[in-house]
Amino acid sequence: MSALLRLDGLEAGYGDLTAVSGVSLEVRRGEAVALIGANGAGKTTTLRAISGLLPVRAGRIEFEGARLDGLASARIVARGITHVPEGRQLFPTMTVRDNLELGGRAADRRHRDDALELVFTLFPRLHERERQLAGTLSGGEQQMCAIGRGLMARPRLLLLDEPSLGLAPVTVKLIFDTLQRVNGDGMTMLLVEQNVPRALQLSHRGYVLENGRIVLEGTRESLRASPHVKQAYLGL
Amino acid sequence: MDVTLVLQGLLSGLLFGGVYSLMAVGLTLIFGVMRVVNFAHGDMMVWGMYLSYLLATRAGIDPYLSFVVSAAALFALGLLVQRGLVDRVIDAPHEMQILLMLGVALVLENLALVAFGPEPTRVRSPLGAATLWLGPVFVDLARLVTFVVAVLLTVALSLFLYRTDLGRTIRAAADNTYGALVIGIDVRRVYAVAFGVGAACVGAAGALVSSILPFQPPTGLSLSVTSFNIVIIGGMGSLLGAFIGGLLVSVAESLGAVFLKPSLKELVSFSLLIVILLFRPAGLFGKRTS
Repeated sequence: MSALLRLDGLEAGYGDLTAVSGVSLEVRRGEAVALIGANGAGKTTTLRAISGLLPVRAGRIEFEGARLDGLASARIVARGITHVPEGRQLFPTMTVRDNLELGGRAADRRHRDDALELVFTLFPRLHERERQLAGTLSGGEQQMCAIGRGLMARPRLLLLDEPSLGLAPVTVKLIFDTLQRVNGDGMTMLLVEQNVPRALQLSHRGYVLENGRIVLEGTRESLRASPHVKQAYLGL
Repeated sequence: MDVTLVLQGLLSGLLFGGVYSLMAVGLTLIFGVMRVVNFAHGDMMVWGMYLSYLLATRAGIDPYLSFVVSAAALFALGLLVQRGLVDRVIDAPHEMQILLMLGVALVLENLALVAFGPEPTRVRSPLGAATLWLGPVFVDLARLVTFVVAVLLTVALSLFLYRTDLGRTIRAAADNTYGALVIGIDVRRVYAVAFGVGAACVGAAGALVSSILPFQPPTGLSLSVTSFNIVIIGGMGSLLGAFIGGLLVSVAESLGAVFLKPSLKELVSFSLLIVILLFRPAGLFGKRTS
């Protein structure tokens, strides 16, 4: 199967600091791929480089066979990649509906309404809170709204950064169940997650990032069986 | 104290307040979206006035029509200032932005001095001579039309911000710039449009008062100061606050002129500022930031 997204020797960082270097990975169509690692390993940096929020210093990023690195984030979203960032980054003084509509603003009315209906089917809670200001939602609802906003653009690749962060276990389960359903319907995903058991449950394959480099990669089963993953990330 | 006089002051103040609201809405929009204080706001307004002066004297167009041209011209100026200058210091410390905008203010004021000289002037409009009696008080028709147009423009601006996709992206960028980048909003373009729209507000406001208020190039500074006063009273970044604040400050100034004397009207509006800051430090409609 051909790769939808391919990173080849990616290097990115902040100021004098190089946060990731030599990162190569690929995400195939329809797959859910996990990027796991400790705090500061470079997971978020990798996602931000893909979505154009951080300049790529070296290496290349290809999406559907065309280069992405160097493009502005607006262009990358237009190519079909949306980023659901860490901390949700909603528009707190705007309604849930406005937040969602902003995610789908590139589409015409009819497609936008279809996407909205899909999001409301996935997260009925958002439908109930449609007119509420996003800043007044609970953490879990905000995460749903952020994922919904990402889906509104009808992307071909969804980047998810720590969707479980700060949420109650039951909410985490609800969100991951929904993500599983979205993936099952054909949405390709690259997931950054500290909750490794959950991440591996959702993903087909995964990469382990440590100190800005990929140290391990493999299928869900092989990662679960790896002594290093067991010891460092699963606490077994 | 004569009740009629107070009523008259109240009405005149309220009617003039429409323009104050419009100029403060422009300032608060720019601040809310970019966190940049437009110190050239009043000077941009003076250019709106001189444009309507030029159009009236050279082409015979009434300021109540030419405000559209002033607004369009100032939109272009705002866009250029944002793209060419502000964009370069958008991430720089605040003092850099302040210096830049003060520089723009000086350039605009002195260009007006070179072009039009220092003498005060005003634009004649047939509306300026007409008055209407409402019982014991009179309504200056020019002020009434100014008020109605200014309020309509403010309403149109809020419809634009709340009902259109472009308006929504402006509000989104004001709400959370990083969030806007994440979902692929071209934030630089949004900034340019917001600065242009903010400047267009004072362009229109300038043309609308050009037949009521005598002006000269240095008028810009006092208009800037009044705009800041209103925006702080209303709450930085709040459109509703700027609108209500504009009416409030104008009424306060007008009543100040009635109760004290006309030259002391600023005493009243700045006292109002101090009182508001004492009891509501974030302004009337401002959100407290921790």
